[in-house]
Amino acid sequence: MALLSNTAVLLGKELRTEFRSRELLTTTVVFILTIVVLFSFTFDPSVSESRRFGPGLLWLAFLFAASLMLQPCFLREQNNDTLSALRLSVNDPFAIFLAKLAANTLFLLFTQVLLLPVFSILYNVPVLATFPRLVLVMFMGSLGLSVTGTALSAISAQARMRELLLPLLLLPLLTPVLIASTEATAALLVPNPAMRWDWLGFLLAFDVVFLTALWLFGEYLLEE
Amino acid sequence: MCACGFVGGSLLKKRILVAAVVVALMGFAAYAALFIAPTESKMGTIQRIFYLHAPSGMVALLSFFVCFVGNLAYVFKRQPKWDWLGVSAAEVGMAFCTVLILTGPIWAHPVWGIWWTWDARLTLTFVLWLLYTSYLLLRTLVEDPGRRALFSAIYGIFAFLDVPLVYGSIRWWRTQHPQPVIMGGAGSGLEPTMRKVFWFWVLNLVILMIFLIRERYALEAMREEVQSLEREAEAA
Repeated sequence: MALLSNTAVLLGKELRTEFRSRELLTTTVVFILTIVVLFSFTFDPSVSESRRFGPGLLWLAFLFAASLMLQPCFLREQNNDTLSALRLSVNDPFAIFLAKLAANTLFLLFTQVLLLPVFSILYNVPVLATFPRLVLVMFMGSLGLSVTGTALSAISAQARMRELLLPLLLLPLLTPVLIASTEATAALLVPNPAMRWDWLGFLLAFDVVFLTALWLFGEYLLEE
Repeated sequence: MCACGFVGGSLLKKRILVAAVVVALMGFAAYAALFIAPTESKMGTIQRIFYLHAPSGMVALLSFFVCFVGNLAYVFKRQPKWDWLGVSAAEVGMAFCTVLILTGPIWAHPVWGIWWTWDARLTLTFVLWLLYTSYLLLRTLVEDPGRRALFSAIYGIFAFLDVPLVYGSIRWWRTQHPQPVIMGGAGSGLEPTMRKVFWFWVLNLVILMIFLIRERYALEAMREEVQSLEREAEAA
């Protein structure tokens, strides 16, 4: 239980840091919005075409945004020299990862929930009827992005060319998340929406596999 | 720790002998594929590329598995030799994976009429190739040798864990969208001589893989020794 209470304290710290400046959330929202607008020039954004390409472009935008948004996650600690203090403050370094990935999942989910209605208006795809189910899909997808992304941002923070390296490490690893989230979202945006529990189960499997891997190997990433 | 063997004539001779045997085996395998195996009735001569293509895929996966074992062992044991095994196996796997990706379209264009299709197996191979390219790139971007070894080991573990998930998702997704061209299982329903040539190729490429990993491992060990000698010279 010490793990959970430590995680809660660290999560509070992550959220406080972000809400003081709101830098990360603002830039991510604007970034995704830019991509969504630019995508409209690459195909004819009629209703039927939007239903076909919309879910994919939405998730691709989320993936790109996540690979940029996760950069400062450990870099910030490194630049401020706070990583050692953070490590000393908890017995189990997994709490640091848990807090960071929970914060990242919340940030991603927040931007997605904010941008989904905008996407719906711009591309004429109704989302209101299936909104709660869409949020569930977005949560599972964001969790997958955050689990792998948080682990890899601990790696990229200590490498050269880190801004390019993180997307390069992360994006191929996220192929299953992209496919499963896109398919599940697409099934909810058609005229007769249906929840694709099979794809949601697949996302759950992805999340569990990498959460376990992070639990087993994460602590080594924080070694001095 | 020294797996080098670059000093001493007898070791060098042994390595040259092993290399000669591997080259001879590959030569015979090429002969078997071109002249011993019968010509396939529908596809003709182009089908012979299959003896190189399919076993390369199997051996690439095997190399990546060896890399995964090296990565796991490094994380828990922290001996540099496991890191050397990891990088050697990843590079050799990439070589076989590249052969796989290049020979595929050469065969596909005359037979299917297209160079590439986003079929489950092709897509998996491409993603695999990208994952291990990232693994090798990561190694060039971390300065400290200990950190480089540890980070790449953990990324290698993540990459290998991702393989079944990537394959599962693509397969599931693509089988729901009907595909014009789907190949039967490798080696299924093969004519007996073809089957013999095919398995001879598999065996051969496994031998080639072991040979290449050993050579690459020796190179990495040598590099390490040079670096430690350089450090000693600087300190003196």
